[in-house]
Parts: sequence; C-alpha cells; structure tokens
Amino acid sequence: MSLILKLASRNLLQDRLRFVATIIGIVFSIVLVTIQLGLYLSFDRMVTTMIDHAPADLWIVPLGTKCFEDPSLLDEHDQTRALSVQGVTEAVPVVIGFTQWTVPSGGTTPVFIVGSNPGAAGLRPWNVVDGNLDALAAPHAIAIDKTYFARLGVTGIGDSVEIREHKAQVKAITSGIRSFTTTPYVFASLDQAQAYMGASPNRVSYFLVHVSPGADIAGVRQRLLASISKVEVLTPDEFRNRSRSFWLFGTGAGAALFAGALLGAIVGTVIVAQTLYSSTKDHLNEFVTLRAIGSSSVYIHKVIIWQALLSAVIGFSIAACIGLAIVWLTADTSLPIVMTPVLTLGLFVLTVLMCVVSAISAIVQVMRIEPARVFKQ
Amino acid sequence: MTGPVVEAIDVVRTLGVGAGQVEALKGVSLSVACGELTLLMGPSGSGKTTLLSVLGCMLTPTAGTVRVRGRSTTGAGAGELARLRRDYIGFVFQSYHLFPTLNAVDNVRLALDVRGERSARAIARAKDVLVTVGLSHKENAFPSELSGGEQQRVAIARAIVGNASAILADEPTGALDSENGHAVMTILAKIAKDPSRGVLVVTHDPRIVPFANRIVHIEDGRILGEEPGGA
Repeated sequence: MSLILKLASRNLLQDRLRFVATIIGIVFSIVLVTIQLGLYLSFDRMVTTMIDHAPADLWIVPLGTKCFEDPSLLDEHDQTRALSVQGVTEAVPVVIGFTQWTVPSGGTTPVFIVGSNPGAAGLRPWNVVDGNLDALAAPHAIAIDKTYFARLGVTGIGDSVEIREHKAQVKAITSGIRSFTTTPYVFASLDQAQAYMGASPNRVSYFLVHVSPGADIAGVRQRLLASISKVEVLTPDEFRNRSRSFWLFGTGAGAALFAGALLGAIVGTVIVAQTLYSSTKDHLNEFVTLRAIGSSSVYIHKVIIWQALLSAVIGFSIAACIGLAIVWLTADTSLPIVMTPVLTLGLFVLTVLMCVVSAISAIVQVMRIEPARVFKQ
Repeated sequence: MTGPVVEAIDVVRTLGVGAGQVEALKGVSLSVACGELTLLMGPSGSGKTTLLSVLGCMLTPTAGTVRVRGRSTTGAGAGELARLRRDYIGFVFQSYHLFPTLNAVDNVRLALDVRGERSARAIARAKDVLVTVGLSHKENAFPSELSGGEQQRVAIARAIVGNASAILADEPTGALDSENGHAVMTILAKIAKDPSRGVLVVTHDPRIVPFANRIVHIEDGRILGEEPGGA
C-alpha cells in the first residue's frame, strides 16, 4: 500500500467514532439523494407512460393542451376531417379523464379512465398478467393494474364494481401500469369510458394518427392543421416533452424533488467537510511536520483527498446497498423508486465530488500554516 | 564537498506585525560546515529557533541572504523552499514529531516518499538507516511503543535517510534523560563526522558541549561569538 494511502486511511480510522459519524452522514445524504432522484426518474417515466405505449405517428390534441391528463375535449367529427387528409390511414379516438370509483366496502376513490375502441390501434393496456385484451370488447369490461387492488377493493378477474354509478367488471389485470399521481388507471372501451366520465358521446380527448408508410410526417401535420381548427398536431416526442415539462417543472413537482436532492448533497458535503476539517485539525502536527520536511503541496493534498475518497467509497457502497433495497421494496408499490446504471454512476460521481469539495476546507487549513510552526509544538 | 552546507549572511528577520513586531534576528551570519557539529547556544528568546528556521528554509529572511549548498534562496517561492528542504536538509525536533499511525520504518520512509522515492529500495534504505541508529529490532514498532530516546533515534533516521547535507536539530535532547540524551548526541556526532554533512544543534543543554566541534553563542538576535567545542 502506498504511504500516502496508508497515512490517509489511518488518519481516518484513528478516531473510529468520528469515522462512523462521517460514514453515516454520507450514507444519509446519498440515500436521500437516491430517493429524490429515483422518484424523479420514476415520475419522469410515469408521466409519459401512456404516450410511450400509444402506437401513434402523430397526436391530434385540443389547442393549448398542457399534458396527457389535460381535460380539454375534441369534437368526434374531427376524425372524419383527419381521415380526409392525404397520408392519414387512421385517426383513432381516445378519451381520458378522471372519475369516481365506488369501493365495494364503501366510499369512492378517484380513478383515471383511458378509453379506446377494442380492436383499433388505440391506447390499449399492456403487460396483461391475467385475463386478455379481447375480453375488453364485452359490455362493461375494464382492465386495472394489480398494484391498486387494495385501493379499489378488488381481488381479481370477474369482480364487479361501479364507476360513477355505471356497472363495470374486471376482465383483464395488468402489472406495472402506474400513475405518477397515484390515481389508478382504468382501461375501457371508448363509449364505456365516455359513460364512466359522464362525457358526451361525440367528444373525445385525442386522435392517434397513423400515416401511410413512407409518408412525410411533417407534411401530414401541416395538412392536418390546415384542415382542423382549434387543435394542435404533435409528434409523440413533442407530446412527451410537453407532458414532462408541465408535470415536472410547471407544477413544481420536479423542482421539489431536485431541491430535496440538492439538500441531501449539501447536508452530506457539510458533514464530510466538518469531519475532515476536525480530523485534519487533530492531525495538524503531522501535516505541519510533512510541510517542514519538504513535502510538496500536492503530496499533502493527496493525503487529505485520499481521506475524502476513502470516506466516499465506503459511504457510497453502503448507500448503494440501501438504495437497492429501497428500489426492491418499492418496486410493486404505487410510488416505485427507480435506479438506473446511469443514476448509480452519477450518484457515485456526486459522492466523490461531495467528499473532494469537502476536503477543500481541510486543505486550506493545512496550507495556511507556516512550516516553522513545527518548532513551537 | 567543501564549504558550508548552509549559511546565513547578515540575516535580519522580523516577526509579528504592527506594535507587536520584533526583530528576532539582527544581522546574523552563521555557516554550518561539512564534517562538523556546531552548537548554537543561547537563552530563551535569543533567536536560536528563528535562525534555525531561516537556515532550514522554513522562514525567509527579512533582509540578508541564506545559501543552501552555495545557492541563494533569495526570491525562492514556497514550492522551491520545500524542494530545498526535502533535498538538502534533515530536521530533528525536540518533540520528535513522528507520525503516531505509522511504524518506525514507515516514519523513516516518509522522508523518501515525499521525494517520490517509493520503490522497494526505499524500504530497504529506511531499514538500513534504522540499523545505523540501533533500532533494527524496532522497525515495526509504533511511536507509542517506543521510549523517548528511541523515538528521537527514529526521528534522526528520518532526517538522514535522504542523505541530507545539513542536519538541523532543535533541542534534540530537551525531552530526554541524560542517558538517552547522550545516546542521541553520540549518533548526531557520528553523522557530523561524515565529510559530506554538517550538523547544527540548537540547545541550551551544557551536557552536550563535549560533542561539539564549535559552539556559537547567540543573544538578543545577535551572534555574540564562538568557541571551539569539546569534540
């Protein structure tokens, strides 16, 4: 082992209690940042999950739509106008909106209805784990996600329930289709969904436009805009970005998560800085001796930075294990925390950065001391 | 090598600022010659340690010149002064200043490590020097497991392992009993016999006069005079 590393590790471990406090500080900080950023990633995925799973080349949306959950509605006759545009092969209507689900044990809970005609290339449920999509063609058939069984008072396929005083029967169960608002998604046929929402039968939320193979999408969009008034025509990417921007930044939800993550990083940096500073102060005689015997500034910086890096590696390893446990524990909940390899790498870089920045105060402290002070101690 | 290994020429050094400013050295000239053990003696506050700091390139003179192996340090920055210290000067301190978390051989090796010498030869060299100071059997002992005399011998080993031209010792026997003080001075005197090295010992301990080739007296920041030692 290099002498610098040996000196750093022993300086760090000499006061075990302080070392444990440092590691707890780093772990606390990184777990907090992990949860905040994991939630952010989870929100980011959930915000666009419906758009991601919709087989559309273009979306026709009401003018001024801010996000997928926007309550504005279109006239169903716009479908005919869309289909008359050159290059459009299909314009599948989709209706979405909030309504009330009557819980069998009593009371109601809000749900988010997604309606699309069975058999059409619309917005259909995916990850079906029980039942099948064809069954959704039956009257009153709905699909729900197993995550929300307890909330909805449902036990499985065949359960009969009421949605806004209309009958519904669970015919398909999905896994992992969760809403970032924690409001359960309920899939139904288009007319059934309109009834559950209390919407007029000639009103829909979106049209999913399919263009003919090889058609110029930009040209089709221009023609759709020219043919239909009071609508916008968006590509899936544009709609995704608009939804993401609205929910994560427009509402402040993303900013709150980032603020939490930033707070975690600041807390961690302060704790590590404080510990390194006091550790350096305790070993000041040794650092002054190093300066007296002619060690370069770089040598001293290395000793202190190694202390910080060792703290970072140990703290991050523990925090990563806790983070993975949290990811595993929340995987099947309505608010899962997501960890990706990029996030893990980013958190490691953040931990190292946090610890190295923390070392600055200790380095400044040592470098400000006159080497001649060695004679006074 | 011939000539002084380090020398101060008309060195003035003021310490402190404002009303608290004092002139600790008032035009001092002193050289440490090769093959010689020089004692710098004087009462507390006479400027001994300040002169040692200036000769050891830890403090820069307010006026005058310091030369290390004939080269003036005037205008040298902190980095250059640090390089001069690690390449040419070995220090021995009254309170040893060993690293409590490192064993004896690592404490000695540290002086080579800061010079970038990190090979197995550096470890072998550190062990050889511990043999020289009579501590071959304690190379793995930590400072807390060593007596004061043994710690000072490790400190001497650290000072000489890099073949420093000048060994500057500040009250090396100040914390030791007479037996250990004698052992330490014997080692320093032996080092001083090396024609490529000079040793300067700052002290007010008269028991070590017999080890000196030359005794320089300092008081109130001025050299009062010098006399031959007992060696």
